[in-house]
Amino acid sequence: MTQITTFSEILETAHNKNKKLYEVCQEIEADVAEISQEEVRDKVKLILDSMKTAIKQGLKSSEKSESGMCGEDCAKLLKQYKKGSLFFTKVYQNVLTYSLATIEQNARMGKIAACPTAGSCGIVPSVIIAIAESLNVDEEIQINALITAGLIGKVVSNKLALAGAVAGCQSECGVAAAMAAAGLVELYGGNNEQILNAAALTLKNIMGLVCDPVAGLVEVPCVKRNAFLSIYSVTGAELALADIQSVIPIDEVVDAMKQVGLMMSPKLKESSEAGLATTPTGLKITEELAKKWNEDI
Amino acid sequence: MNETKSLFDVIGPVMVGPSSSHTAGAVRIGLLAGRIFGEVPQKVKFKLYNSFAKTGKGHGTDKGLLAGVLGMDVDNDSIKKVFNLAKKMNVEYSFEFFEDYNRHPNSVDITFEHENFPKMKISGISVGAGEIAITKINGYKFNISGDYDTLVLIYKDKPGMIYRVTSLLQNRYLNIASMHCDRNAKGKEASMGICLDGYVPDNIIDEINKMDDVYLIRKIEVLKK
Repeated sequence: MTQITTFSEILETAHNKNKKLYEVCQEIEADVAEISQEEVRDKVKLILDSMKTAIKQGLKSSEKSESGMCGEDCAKLLKQYKKGSLFFTKVYQNVLTYSLATIEQNARMGKIAACPTAGSCGIVPSVIIAIAESLNVDEEIQINALITAGLIGKVVSNKLALAGAVAGCQSECGVAAAMAAAGLVELYGGNNEQILNAAALTLKNIMGLVCDPVAGLVEVPCVKRNAFLSIYSVTGAELALADIQSVIPIDEVVDAMKQVGLMMSPKLKESSEAGLATTPTGLKITEELAKKWNEDI
Repeated sequence: MNETKSLFDVIGPVMVGPSSSHTAGAVRIGLLAGRIFGEVPQKVKFKLYNSFAKTGKGHGTDKGLLAGVLGMDVDNDSIKKVFNLAKKMNVEYSFEFFEDYNRHPNSVDITFEHENFPKMKISGISVGAGEIAITKINGYKFNISGDYDTLVLIYKDKPGMIYRVTSLLQNRYLNIASMHCDRNAKGKEASMGICLDGYVPDNIIDEINKMDDVYLIRKIEVLKK
């Protein structure tokens, strides 16, 4: 089977073959890489396992990152949950803590699985793994969900590089949220249309998200943004599973995202020349870190 | 060249954080450059430019580059502790930081030294999402991304060298995916980088090594994804 570059093509292929999107995706992947579909799934399982390990390690740690800007938030949230719930039920609490656990591991140079990027690595695993635990979903279905998430990222990346420097954070954490929403619909047993609607609805609502990291580091606002967008992506799945449709089809949403990404000032695309990075506090932190690291050398 | 992405470009790689371009990319540049030098160096000097220089400390770019040179891959838990490890291995290392906007935003020059081998200078860039390229070896332009098995040659510039090397490959039915040639001056030294769809057997390397006027040959295996 040849490569597929748009969502409408893959939906049509799946429809003609009477298959789920993840099945079509693993078939293509196997063909292109010249390996079996089982081997594709084995590779996905390894990534799923490493996501679970990152969560486990992150939940135990409160070590700060090299810059000192983050590392303690997951521990704070866990401490609060030991005292009692706030607004979220247990499953939402887990989505939040798993997300922070993963992205904080990333910030402290721990091992994570990029999904799609390192700076957005907390979103897909927290949603898929926390909700799979709560629904008691077996591993094969978690793998189906992760392949579905991957399919979304893969097709988007055919049009748009998944890098803050190219199209802002909409193409990193934004795409991660769409991947998570689509994966969650698959995890819950939703149909192909619902999967693509979940991704489209999610993408539409983060369009234009800027990448303005303080001191150029993957920490502020990235760490907390992972937590926010994990919860947000559940909304995308929840709406889509009720058959709420995106008025704008997903391929057009991606085109629009690309257009917006190109129109965004380079100062808001990972260069730390505007936004949060150049607030008085952002600049102060940047100066202090530069001074500290110059002294180290 | 813009090939369609794999599923594993968006889920994975499993890597040590925090940044695919500034940490994983740095490891992969170090890894490829180290394979091109071909030995664990006794001394290695890194010159980091622009974003690599400005945000490198916070992203562990320095640790990543050194870890790669010492042969570690992007998912090695020891990357964080690589400075201690280098000291144990008696590898002397240093970092310098520069601003030069004629250079790529994420670029590095690595100088390798070992008493038994000629000194080498290798430059690399990190282009995003962990993708990288080695752009220069000892001043010659290359474009080695680690996506293919690659042959790297530096040789005397004279007629027929490209033919002799490629005919050896053709005899083994090895298909060339892309090729990059450069030279410093007519009749002096020239370079060849050949990306191949397939594994290069060692005896091809031996045969090329036997040719007159080949100063350096390396077989660089595809980087694990």
